[in-house]
Amino acid sequence: MSEPETLTVDVNGFPTRIWRKGSGPKIGFLAGFGGLPRWVPFLDELAKTRTVIVPSVPGFPGGDRGHSVLDSHLDWLLAVRELLEKADLAGADLAGSSVGASLAAEVAALWPAMVRKLALIAPFGLFDETDPPTDPWAQRADAVPGLMVNDPEIWKALKAVPDGANSVEWPIEQVRASESAARIFWPLGNTRLEKRLRLIQAPTLLVWGEHDKIMPRSYADKFAAGIAGKTEVRVIPGAGHLAELDKPAETAAAILAFLG
Amino acid sequence: MKLMWFHLMPYTELPADFREANPSVWVDIHSSLFDPKRAHLMYNDFMDELEYAAQCGFDAVCVNEHHSNGYGLMPSPNLIASSLARRTTDTAICVMGNSLALYNPPTRVAEEFAMIDVISGGRLIAGFPVGTPMDTCYAYGTNPSQLRQRYHEAHDLVVRAWTETDTFAFNGRFNQQRYVNIWPRPIQRPHPPIWVPGGGSVETWRWCAEMDYVYCYLSYYGYKAGRATMDGFWAEMERLGKPKNPYQAGFLQFIGVGESRQHAFDLYAEAAEYFYGRCLHVDPKWATPPGYTSEGSQRAGIESQIRKAADSNVRGKSTGERFASVAREMEAIVDNGYVIIGSPDEVAEQLREVAVNLNVGHLMLLLQYGNMSKDLTRYNTKLFAEQVMPKLKDLHSGWDDRWWPKPMDASLRAAVPAFQPRLAAE
Repeated sequence: MSEPETLTVDVNGFPTRIWRKGSGPKIGFLAGFGGLPRWVPFLDELAKTRTVIVPSVPGFPGGDRGHSVLDSHLDWLLAVRELLEKADLAGADLAGSSVGASLAAEVAALWPAMVRKLALIAPFGLFDETDPPTDPWAQRADAVPGLMVNDPEIWKALKAVPDGANSVEWPIEQVRASESAARIFWPLGNTRLEKRLRLIQAPTLLVWGEHDKIMPRSYADKFAAGIAGKTEVRVIPGAGHLAELDKPAETAAAILAFLG
Repeated sequence: MKLMWFHLMPYTELPADFREANPSVWVDIHSSLFDPKRAHLMYNDFMDELEYAAQCGFDAVCVNEHHSNGYGLMPSPNLIASSLARRTTDTAICVMGNSLALYNPPTRVAEEFAMIDVISGGRLIAGFPVGTPMDTCYAYGTNPSQLRQRYHEAHDLVVRAWTETDTFAFNGRFNQQRYVNIWPRPIQRPHPPIWVPGGGSVETWRWCAEMDYVYCYLSYYGYKAGRATMDGFWAEMERLGKPKNPYQAGFLQFIGVGESRQHAFDLYAEAAEYFYGRCLHVDPKWATPPGYTSEGSQRAGIESQIRKAADSNVRGKSTGERFASVAREMEAIVDNGYVIIGSPDEVAEQLREVAVNLNVGHLMLLLQYGNMSKDLTRYNTKLFAEQVMPKLKDLHSGWDDRWWPKPMDASLRAAVPAFQPRLAAE
């Protein structure tokens, strides 16, 4: 696993990290709940055949405090669109997970020319009171790893302080990632994305971890029914909410096969 | 020295196995535990107790705001305060307070506080808490990432609504209101004194110091744990070159007065253990909405844990960690200083130390807590007023309390007749 190239762009005055690795047609990836404090194997899987470009969501690791100036949903969507443009992803394939998948879906709905094909891993954005998602912000700390991924050790390793990192600032950055997600999705995760799904023309793959404990599987069908473009649902055996962390090879393979 | 009588209004009949059988006293406490007809009696007892405290000569009666909470039955303290405004005459009414970010528009707080101030003839202390995570982010669904920004903006709106003479437009980040012009206007000019309960964050110390507001630490963990927080406030005041006037501070303390220490121990053990055992049984999952604790406070907390500093007992711990480590047996409750007990002399002696060591001019005293009966509450209150209060009144007399209400001249105030129900025979 080699290190990616790191670029920094400005979004609303905040330096925002963009990772880039590989060659071939571009694919963007917007991270899920908790963000990406470090490079993960899933991105290497994509980089085998693609130029993978990973802009940090504002407030996520690498996204500084960019969330702090985003008050309305429109603020968020404009920031993400600007970020994708600055990451040279306009018109490329776009994948996202969880929180990031919801933002990817929004961009595809509002600016169809921005996205060629779309891959969404268990996106946030809808709320069905007969089958509500788990509240990710009302959890005892020791319960979070097992909710986010099927193998809690993977989450713990992702969030562990690396050698040489600032042991005070690192945990604050991890809280900030959760706060950033809360800033968009508190309290229910419902951004009324349902109203905009019909604007998504891009062919869309919906990926769900078999053991997702955050977002019920029924939401895959809701997304599929709402999206105007052709859709396909793929379940990743043995994976939790953030399927790309539990099963990097399988998740990447499903996405790459769909994108063609 | 000001001695203020504070009521939390706890539901007094939580079952003995409450801790074992229920996940939390707060947010998702089950409705089946609430009997409205029993609560009718509780509310009326509690309001009697507040009125009794006023009669006994306490300087103020205090109420506060909680939501979905088994130990705080005042989602709207303003309702209780308005009743107290009619049923008391000279006692200050301290609403501690209204969680500003929860009101839409926050102008509502300016209006209701102005009403209480006008009805009471200018006796209101206006408390502005941010509110706990349980109250604000969970029970009320406020976004934790915006809570403090909304709080500060709401504060600005309320103060302008009280002080500007002409109708104005408020063009805030979160609140826009084309015509702000509250009626009534508060009696106290420029506005009722503003007191801010804080939890030990650096930002709140600085803000209170800069705004010249009273900083209050309303902890349930007593003077030993409170020391570091109050020291932090005074260090910030000193850094800013401000005088260390003890009246710019308030501190909450549980009290149990008896004939002797052992007598008090025996009298108050049940109520204290009810409070620390059942009332503070809060599921830690409700304690840490991300963004609620500022990054500055997180940093201070992590650094203090790294240093193993003495203050890491309370500061630097999340609300959840605090709840988890609470002492719940009377022996430890007293040893830790959560509740000060003893004979009147012993209580006075300990409170003098608290007031001097913490440099606090406003002591907010909890003389009812947990399932304490009305009789015991009256006993505690009366004994304190008669035998403890006189021994403390002279403290801090060299300082001017610039943060106390300035009511109308008593001779100009309305006479409030006692309620006289018509006899059935009439």
